[in-house]
Amino acid sequence: MNLLTDPEMLLLLGGIGGLLTLSSLIGWALDRRVREAPARLVIANLNARIRSWWIMTAVFVAALATGGIGSVILFALTSFIALREFITLTPTHRADHRTLFWAFFIFAPVQYLLVGIQWYGLFAIFIPVYAFLFIPLRSALAGDTEDFLARTAKIQWGLMIAVYCVSHAPALLMLEIPGYQGEGAKLLLYLIIVVQLSDVLQYVFGKTLGKHRIVPRLSPNKTWEGTVGGIVAATLVGTLLWWVTPFTPWAAAVIALLICLTGFAGGLVMSAIKRDRGVKDFGTLIEGHGGILDRIDSLCFAAPVFFHVVRYYYT
Amino acid sequence: MNTAPAAARLLAGLTRLITGVRAQWAGAAPTTAQRVYYANHSSHLDTLVIWASLPAPLRARTRPVAAADYWDRPGLRRWLACQVLNALLVERAGGCGSREALRRIDESLAAGDSLILFPEGTRGDGTTVGELKPGLYFVARQRPTVELVPVYLQDLSRILPKGEVLPVPLLGSATFGAPLALAPGEDRHAFLQRARAALIGLGARG
Repeated sequence: MNLLTDPEMLLLLGGIGGLLTLSSLIGWALDRRVREAPARLVIANLNARIRSWWIMTAVFVAALATGGIGSVILFALTSFIALREFITLTPTHRADHRTLFWAFFIFAPVQYLLVGIQWYGLFAIFIPVYAFLFIPLRSALAGDTEDFLARTAKIQWGLMIAVYCVSHAPALLMLEIPGYQGEGAKLLLYLIIVVQLSDVLQYVFGKTLGKHRIVPRLSPNKTWEGTVGGIVAATLVGTLLWWVTPFTPWAAAVIALLICLTGFAGGLVMSAIKRDRGVKDFGTLIEGHGGILDRIDSLCFAAPVFFHVVRYYYT
Repeated sequence: MNTAPAAARLLAGLTRLITGVRAQWAGAAPTTAQRVYYANHSSHLDTLVIWASLPAPLRARTRPVAAADYWDRPGLRRWLACQVLNALLVERAGGCGSREALRRIDESLAAGDSLILFPEGTRGDGTTVGELKPGLYFVARQRPTVELVPVYLQDLSRILPKGEVLPVPLLGSATFGAPLALAPGEDRHAFLQRARAALIGLGARG
């Protein structure tokens, strides 16, 4: 099936294009309107974010258009860079060098290979069983026992968050849903739209209405107004998009809410890690957003939960 | 056909890709002023990283000072060192302090080159900056117009530590600090301590 001739897909992509055009226009208008120095910084960051959104969308759509393989490769690269950002921020020892080499060049690629060849059984356990048992073994063989438990946990968590969790997004393409064969790409696009829209709307509601912080010590930008407003609005959009999914409108509402809530949890946990390491962003790759991990923090939590809910109820 | 310039571009790009290093100009702007970049040393990648993170016009006139016993071997290494990196190969029997090495360095500075120098003399484990060898002091004394720019390299010992062959692709960084010069009446020990403190200070700020 060619995705770019699927009318539902075209409608979705058209909607995204329209939304991006609208935000670019708003960004441009704000840039002309606002003159005060502190507000201009916010506007400059907003416009940088919008520019990056155009690029990310173009890359993602290009990957989707190639069918399954392009999406798998795109998410594999995303995982690789995310793992790179994560481990860079996490102190490891000299003795972990070979272990890290395995994480980057064996475990991450094999996980995506399993997605590519659609071997679900091994995909689901490869990292939590085999990689997690191998990592402490390899570090133990290197002979350095100082902080052993903490070092092992850090590398395991890096793989878990950056590789295992993220790989569940392209794994949606391997689900065989009755009456929805070959349309997995729309499910993937649906997940990404709801997760990222929830992030964006939380940002927008937070910047405009935000007053009461949820966890002030963790993240000054997360307010009750922004979070609730963003999640409600994104859930609503997710519900209204039920027609691209195998869900009924009511099921779509529940699932979209679940995506938003798990996404919020992901953002919160990743903020805690950044606080722990004393940094604001994981990297500088994406202008206005920070690193790749800053952009996919919600996806890390939402993707595996969404995958398993769909797999349990719809296949 | 001379393949060296193309190889140099490729090597610089590849180095930046593997190490993720981008130059951070914290105290010095990237200008064509004659300079000696001196850095902490913990990985075989260090020379390449500083060289690759310089803007191309600066890179063309900057020569890494490298150990002849490692680089001056027939084949790929010598071609890389001499043709691509345009390295200044010196014997390190006595570190930078050896007279012949200093003479070569001075000669190169007299010819207008900028240099990349690792004054610790050998690779450390990446956790501390070792004592600096006196070569840097002699350069400062003999060539007062040359700017001495400290460069702090972070996480490169994690990417390719001493004794490993395979790199792990973490994100390293190279921070370029404010230029140093010998103060009037400053003795060798005081200057080297100050130069070392400047390096350590750059590491602490990032």
